[in-house]
Amino acid sequence: MTVTVLTGNDAAATAAKLARVQVVAAYPITPQSPVVEALSEWVSSGELAAEFVNVESEHSALTVCITASTVGARVFTATSANGLAYMTEQVWWAAGARLPIVMCIANRAMAAPWNVLNDQQDSMSVRDAGWVQLYCRDNQEILDTTLQAWRIAERLNVPVMVCYDGFLLSHTMMPVDVPTAEQADAFLPPRTDPLQVVDPADPRNIGPVTLADPRKDAGGVVRPGYMELRHLHHRALLEALDVIPEVDAEYGATVGRTWGGLTWEYRLEDAEVALVAAGSLTTQLTLAVDALREDGVKAGVLGIRCYRPFPVAAVRERLGGTRLAVVFDKALSYGVEGPIASDVKAALQPLGAGAPAVFGTISGLGGRDVSPDDLAAAVRRAVADLDAGVTDREPDWINLNLEAEGGTR
Amino acid sequence: MNESHQIAMSVPGIGEAGRTGDWRHEYPVITAEACLPVKSGRDSCQICWAHCPDNCITRGAPPIIDLYYCKGCGICVEVCPTHAIVMHPEADRTGEGS
Repeated sequence: MTVTVLTGNDAAATAAKLARVQVVAAYPITPQSPVVEALSEWVSSGELAAEFVNVESEHSALTVCITASTVGARVFTATSANGLAYMTEQVWWAAGARLPIVMCIANRAMAAPWNVLNDQQDSMSVRDAGWVQLYCRDNQEILDTTLQAWRIAERLNVPVMVCYDGFLLSHTMMPVDVPTAEQADAFLPPRTDPLQVVDPADPRNIGPVTLADPRKDAGGVVRPGYMELRHLHHRALLEALDVIPEVDAEYGATVGRTWGGLTWEYRLEDAEVALVAAGSLTTQLTLAVDALREDGVKAGVLGIRCYRPFPVAAVRERLGGTRLAVVFDKALSYGVEGPIASDVKAALQPLGAGAPAVFGTISGLGGRDVSPDDLAAAVRRAVADLDAGVTDREPDWINLNLEAEGGTR
Repeated sequence: MNESHQIAMSVPGIGEAGRTGDWRHEYPVITAEACLPVKSGRDSCQICWAHCPDNCITRGAPPIIDLYYCKGCGICVEVCPTHAIVMHPEADRTGEGS
């Protein structure tokens, strides 16, 4: 293990190198570009024995990964925002074809209007595509999680997105412990047992037209219908709820670090108010919690590391004893609320009258700065609302300033 | 369902897509006397065999069309250099309205 200073993008690229990826295909987009720039340099210098495929678009980048993964290769790509949107068709194909592709997302705001800075709208918008989605809080977690992602993907035959905040992590340098090649090899052996059969002597049509109902093929074998395949895919994502913590523990046994599996927490044991978020914002929430506790507010953080599958049982168990959960979303389902807030409400609903109130907030869109003081102030507003008898409310938009020129009022 | 059924995957086989012959509105008929390999007495042409998208025309003199799977697309009619194949209404064959 060597401690070195890396950006989040370097940490992601280093994980791909340690995973001995065999095919890399990606198209440059801010703030992801340095990931594949580093990988292309290592392929060029011979440091990484992979094929680097230059492509003309993100759609082609993921298509190359799909085909290479279909024939059994370990593959990697990375993108952001509009690049992810451009590959959306293949995002669904990769998942439906059950290919263990790992893709890093340097989270960036969606256009229009054009903006290259951070929020999480890009990856949140494909949460339903059937990928596992993991969110990282710092550069060490990016490296470790990306390496874990192949283990998860290849055990379950589902693709995994490793999401980290653009610029806030992608371009920020931090000390990172880099595992040795021996440790990485011990943790992540070469890929085996793909679901797909690719053999010229035993030809197959992979991903053919699949009708609504199960039916016998020409050989008399009953093949699943479309709905059965969707159910099996769903079950694989549910199985990930067990596999992700197992893989985190295996990583701990080999490399010496774990990240909490599905969720992690800070000063949550006796908390009455839980602050919930995913990604780098949670680091600032820990500072907000310290400030709130100094003021006598028993606050704690629940960090969402795994957003898909959503850790329903863990969230219900960890938040069940609180009186208020304040959720900090960096994305929005327009006309409703932040996506994590909706999922937390759904997870807590079976607790009935004993469930904590869940108040959503929206912050950081398009790179808007949000400080620990801003976050603590939002929690104080939420507590005041609850004490005033409010049980449900619109999301609190942190640092919104509609008085600015061009505003509506 | 075993492990290989986790994804959609099919093996090549006759009739993999079911009995597609009942999709047909018109059916093709080959007039042997007009077919090039029959006329020339050689293993020639076979353009209809090569073009059939459902692989239901055999190589031969004349080629034989499997009406159990033929969807009635009419491509063989279009590609036949001697116009030896023509489409007829399916109702003429089955006696049913089309």
